[in-house]
Amino acid sequence: MNAVTVKNITKTYDKGKVLAVDNISFEVKEGELFGLIGPDGAGKTSIFRILTTLLLADKGEASVAGFDVIKDYQSIRNNVGYMPGKFSLYQDLTVAENLSFFATVFGTTIEANYDLIKDIYDQIKPFSNRRAGKLSGGMKQKLALCCALIHKPLVLLLDEPTTGVDVVSRKEFWEMLKTLKKQGITILVSTPYMDEANLCERIALLQKGKIMSVDTPENIIKAFPYTLYGAKSDQIYKLLNDLRLNGQVESCYAFGEFLHVTLKEKQENGKKILRVIAEQNGHSNIWIEEIKPGIEDSFILLSGEQG
Amino acid sequence: MDEEKVITCKSLSKKFGDFYAVNEITFDVNKGEIFGFLGANGAGKTTAMRMLCGLSFPSSGEATVAGFDVYKQQEFIKKNIGYMSQKFSLYENLSILENIEFFGGVYGLDRKEIKERSGLLIQTLGLEKEAKKMVGELPLGWKQKLAFSVAIFHRPKIVFLDEPTGGVDPVTRRQFWDMIYEAAATGITIFVTTHYMDEAEYCNRISIMVDGKVEALDSPSNLKSKFSVHSMDDVFYQLARGASRSAD
Repeated sequence: MNAVTVKNITKTYDKGKVLAVDNISFEVKEGELFGLIGPDGAGKTSIFRILTTLLLADKGEASVAGFDVIKDYQSIRNNVGYMPGKFSLYQDLTVAENLSFFATVFGTTIEANYDLIKDIYDQIKPFSNRRAGKLSGGMKQKLALCCALIHKPLVLLLDEPTTGVDVVSRKEFWEMLKTLKKQGITILVSTPYMDEANLCERIALLQKGKIMSVDTPENIIKAFPYTLYGAKSDQIYKLLNDLRLNGQVESCYAFGEFLHVTLKEKQENGKKILRVIAEQNGHSNIWIEEIKPGIEDSFILLSGEQG
Repeated sequence: MDEEKVITCKSLSKKFGDFYAVNEITFDVNKGEIFGFLGANGAGKTTAMRMLCGLSFPSSGEATVAGFDVYKQQEFIKKNIGYMSQKFSLYENLSILENIEFFGGVYGLDRKEIKERSGLLIQTLGLEKEAKKMVGELPLGWKQKLAFSVAIFHRPKIVFLDEPTGGVDPVTRRQFWDMIYEAAATGITIFVTTHYMDEAEYCNRISIMVDGKVEALDSPSNLKSKFSVHSMDDVFYQLARGASRSAD
């Protein structure tokens, strides 16, 4: 059975003027860690709000944990854990009070499902008497996750839990998700960070309300149709412009330390071609190698095709 | 003096009660440099930036920005810097042209200058047809580009960019960095914070703050060899993992 089913969902705002979600379909299998990957405005939050029954879609069908988002909205609310993108706990209640409040609302107690949150809650326990509003970003995130888990939901819906969070907290958070997955909870998580895509089992790449691709990160990368080259020289920004202006180059983007380059036609000696272009433009310390593409390369390519 | 310094910062500190949000940071930023200012949540980046922008008084230490003192010449600092953040960009209910005119006026340019420069800017951005459109109707990528252009419209010596590319799609993020490079090439100094570690690589030098102190300051390639790792992600992780505090 699928834990989440989304079928031809469309959502518009402002009397149809703004198309936020454009005929989207995907399925999340039971126990899967599934990622919605896309920038702001891709439609990620609208999808979460439709699945949590907080928003009605214009068209299409969706179900969560086997319950229909319209007919069985009450059952969905009892069976999902939701962490919205914006911190939504009670700022004036303490850590312990927030947790106990959410447990009570869901008709359970902290003790009943303590084993599920123990690892996470232990990290914020020393601050259990601190008001939630006074917590740091990383601790707020952990408390929000505890509150979303306290009723032992079948499906966990996490809307951009790592946005604006530093590298260290992001790593910790994904470790927690892996642990939760092992306990059988289905997780649907969204993120604008392309590097986090590799931590999901399957992902949907979203842009402007449309799904560009749904697959495992490995398969999406495998489907990248070009040979990709990494390039750098002493003047990397000049190299970027020089390569872009060359007729043989299909695309050239900055990727951290290197440029990622593709050629228009498949070439046996692509490395040499690029080196010649760089040399002709007076570059020194030229480094060019064939490299493996990543999710971000695929995303850029697909979003170009989408127009 | 070898290079012109746009920021000088010597043992700069900010204390809230007995808590050192910023603890004796020392660094210089050169003219035309792209300087990445990184740190974990709560490391003190925002507090340091507020002092450098003339928005908050230091508790001790010295600093100058664009040649002006952070204690005595805050108003001059404000006139000579540009600022852009992810959260505050532009007025959505004003047109592109109105936003440019408004910010030009705020920064004290006269009407003639504003008219000349805004015409030129709209032409450079290729927004001739959209000039009268509300900013709210523009795609996010365009908003970001416009916000950056507005932040350097008064030709400041230095522009502070606070997470300018958060949540922006991969292509637009790169186009934004193209603009940063172009601005730096004209001599504007760029002071930028980001959570994207690949963007740290685009900086000439970066500093990494941990618990109120600058724990590392060098070019990305030197930092990587110093820490014997292959990515800035790993440099950052090694440094920030030891942090004892975290906050927003």
